[in-house]
Amino acid sequence: MQHFDGNLLAGPLADLFAFDPTAARARCNGCGAMGELATALVYRSGAGSVARCRVCGEVLLTLVVADGRTFVNFTGTGAIEIPSGR
Amino acid sequence: MSTVQPSVAAPRTAWHVAAVAETRRETPSAARITLDVDGWPGNLAGQHLDVRLTAPDGYSATRSYSIASSGDGSRVVLAVDRLPDGEVSPFLVDELRVGDRLEVHGPLGAYFVWRPPTDGSSGRPVQLIAGGSGVVPLFAIARAHAAAGDPTPMRLLYSVRTPDDAFFAAELAAAQAGPAPFGTTFVYTRRAPDGDDAPVGRISRERLATAVIAAAERPVVYVCGSTGFVERVASWLIDLGHDQRAIRTERYGGT
Repeated sequence: MQHFDGNLLAGPLADLFAFDPTAARARCNGCGAMGELATALVYRSGAGSVARCRVCGEVLLTLVVADGRTFVNFTGTGAIEIPSGR
Repeated sequence: MSTVQPSVAAPRTAWHVAAVAETRRETPSAARITLDVDGWPGNLAGQHLDVRLTAPDGYSATRSYSIASSGDGSRVVLAVDRLPDGEVSPFLVDELRVGDRLEVHGPLGAYFVWRPPTDGSSGRPVQLIAGGSGVVPLFAIARAHAAAGDPTPMRLLYSVRTPDDAFFAAELAAAQAGPAPFGTTFVYTRRAPDGDDAPVGRISRERLATAVIAAAERPVVYVCGSTGFVERVASWLIDLGHDQRAIRTERYGGT
């Protein structure tokens, strides 16, 4: 399946958070790697988007929009480091 | 790389109504579209926006497009390539007319952006690497760099099928001739201009090594293109000794 990257999550997530989280660094619970959300590998389908760790492939978060509601699950994400001044 | 980019708050994101101010052919397969966006807060170089089209029956499709312009003001320039099986891009390239209205969401993106050094100093050199229409956000960066009078050396490596397929060809030539420390190297994958002796074909690791700012100069590198292009180039850059943390990538795709 074709994949893209976390830059694509800026739009859907900007509606939900007070800042754009794609520049925030998140820790992968699978392997411990830290990386900006923008660098995650993103797989999209009709059901939504899945962001996976670019190092180990573990699912970091899932995003599903259905019936006017958005479900965000930070399944495999540990600490999130947010740049100040956003 | 917080050391590279001082924190300048990005303009607030929202949905806006955009009116098409101008549309014209950019290449045989692409259009340059200028939008007047009501309430647009301005945008940083490298940011993108989402376009949502809604059919009369309520079906809607949303796609992300990089912005070729930056700065204050309500004018936003896009350059959109027609994807043969696309659902949105053929409409934008072939059907869109002046005065048409679109829903746009933006500005978006906080990672693949460039800000000029705020103190007027020369920062780390910047290498831009584009595959095809991936040049759009990099053109915005090059233009912002020139407009800022930024003394930081900046180079663009642009992989494109043929000279006819190059986006912003006139502007890139002008930027090369202008006062900003900026230059472009083209890699032609199908056909080079007459008199160009450089090899034709997909970029190789060897070609990359000779065409980009050397790792020893510690450049910040922005790579934008298709997923395959970005991942090949990024892995070669690391092989060549570039710091992974100094490589920013954006993969485009979708229809």
